[in-house]
Amino acid sequence: MRKEILVEKILFVTAAGSVFATAGVFLFMFYLGLPVITGGHLGDLFTSPWAPEQGLYGIRSMVAGSLLISILSLVFAFPLSLGCSIFIAVLNPGKMGWILKRTVQFMTGIPTVVYGFVGIFLLVPLIRNLFEYGSGMSILTAAFLLAILITPTMVLIFSESFRRVPVSYLDAVKALGGNPVQAFIHVILPYSWQGIIAGLVLAVGRAMGDTMISLMVAGNSVGLPRSILDSGRTLTGHIGLIIAADFDSLEFKSLFACGMILYVFTALIVTTARGLHYRKGAGSFK
Amino acid sequence: MKIPAERIVIVFSWACALLLLGCVAVIVGYLFIKGGRVLDLELVFGDSSPIDAFMLKNQVYSGLWPAIVGTLSLVAAAIFFAVPVGVASGIYLAEYSRGRVKGVFSLFFDILASIPSIIVGLFGFSIAVFLHQHFSERIYPCLLISALSLAFLVLPYIIRTTQVALESVPLSVRQTAPALGASRLQNIRHVLLPGSFSSLAGGIVLAMGRCAEDTAVIMLTGVVASAGIPRSVLDNYEALPFYIYYISAQYSDAEELAGGFGAALILIIICLMLFSIAFLVKNRFMHQMTRI
Repeated sequence: MRKEILVEKILFVTAAGSVFATAGVFLFMFYLGLPVITGGHLGDLFTSPWAPEQGLYGIRSMVAGSLLISILSLVFAFPLSLGCSIFIAVLNPGKMGWILKRTVQFMTGIPTVVYGFVGIFLLVPLIRNLFEYGSGMSILTAAFLLAILITPTMVLIFSESFRRVPVSYLDAVKALGGNPVQAFIHVILPYSWQGIIAGLVLAVGRAMGDTMISLMVAGNSVGLPRSILDSGRTLTGHIGLIIAADFDSLEFKSLFACGMILYVFTALIVTTARGLHYRKGAGSFK
Repeated sequence: MKIPAERIVIVFSWACALLLLGCVAVIVGYLFIKGGRVLDLELVFGDSSPIDAFMLKNQVYSGLWPAIVGTLSLVAAAIFFAVPVGVASGIYLAEYSRGRVKGVFSLFFDILASIPSIIVGLFGFSIAVFLHQHFSERIYPCLLISALSLAFLVLPYIIRTTQVALESVPLSVRQTAPALGASRLQNIRHVLLPGSFSSLAGGIVLAMGRCAEDTAVIMLTGVVASAGIPRSVLDNYEALPFYIYYISAQYSDAEELAGGFGAALILIIICLMLFSIAFLVKNRFMHQMTRI
């Protein structure tokens, strides 16, 4: 019996350790980024531009870049994902529905860096020639690629929530002479809106958290973007680009401010998505 | 005659499906055509003979071999750290925790799963510098730091997989051993874990895929463009995803670019193989469960 208790204790300590490590990431960033906050630089962080040579470490362009790229990618990906989920879960035309479902699952296995790599050689020249503006590395380019990256996330959550509609409801539509599309418009869509919101929210989190695509195809300029054809830099890309020669510099410390913003944002996203998801009484969405 | 709204839904849905299939076909097709053309033994092993390289007899500096070895050792080390902690935490979550504790723990693991990988990289880098300044001069970003950071990145997946695998063991199987007098631990060891083994293995293979493809974590924690095969875990190393990123930004001639395409093709093949293995293993599990 003592062995039983010992094992339970070990398992508890391991699980609690993982929980503390999660909180620890934030606390560690907070501790290291503290000089930026206490040194009276907090206001500068969001108002001044990024110009390390002048001692200015503002990250407003990166916040703007992150928000623009993720929202734009969502604008592209949401209709696409909705259409694909309807195709898989509602129309499901024989072999084609199966092929699309497998393709979407397969897409979750494609490395992000590969999307970026292909984007540089296919999409960037295309955008450059199409709009005849700049180098082709732009917020728009990154948003297109990111849309392809986050589509599987949404399609899988959407089609799962469509399928969760009780069969008796769908039978009722059938009994009234309705076809699958009518069932979708009048029954499935109103029933599964929470799943749609949860999918959207998680997709925003995914888009905000991605580093490689924006790093590779968004151009990474530090100016405040004025149009979607401008080059831009995201918070994640900004962290990735800094090669810190001096760990104690204010320049490096400001990265932890970026880190904290991203951490808090994604934590909020997850909490929201969980709230929406668990209200339906289902298990984990992972 | 259907009313227009329904027709619009059908046309729209078909258009989306074809668009997505088209995008994937273009991306993967382009890579296979461009990469397939350049991929050969010389691209992987450079001037050395493949057998010497396999036996680690001589250092291979040209070619993709060091990057492949780097990625494989990285995956192995990260999984080595992540699996014991992840499985133990998952068992606790599924079999021991109740009520509030369970809710709080699983919220934290969901947050951990959502932390952008670049932040895990920044964390690993800061820890390495912190240790360098306060403990030992010999510690700097290296293979070990990268592996630990990656292990942290995939930890929530392994925890979640373990938990779901254990919780989906059917009640009839779950209650048999306790009814015969087995303790909770005996039940976990002899019934629940073996019963959910394929599902667990599938999840771990998926986690391996994530370790192999991640770039953001390793670019801050010790990967470099040229290092040869690492001699110890405290060395710098090369890795396929970083090589692809590096080439895309820094290539100077057609030969280097060809290396980038070759690396991208190898990486996507590795990831898709892991993905398919995970899929097959999990399907076998579903099959077993329906038989019980």
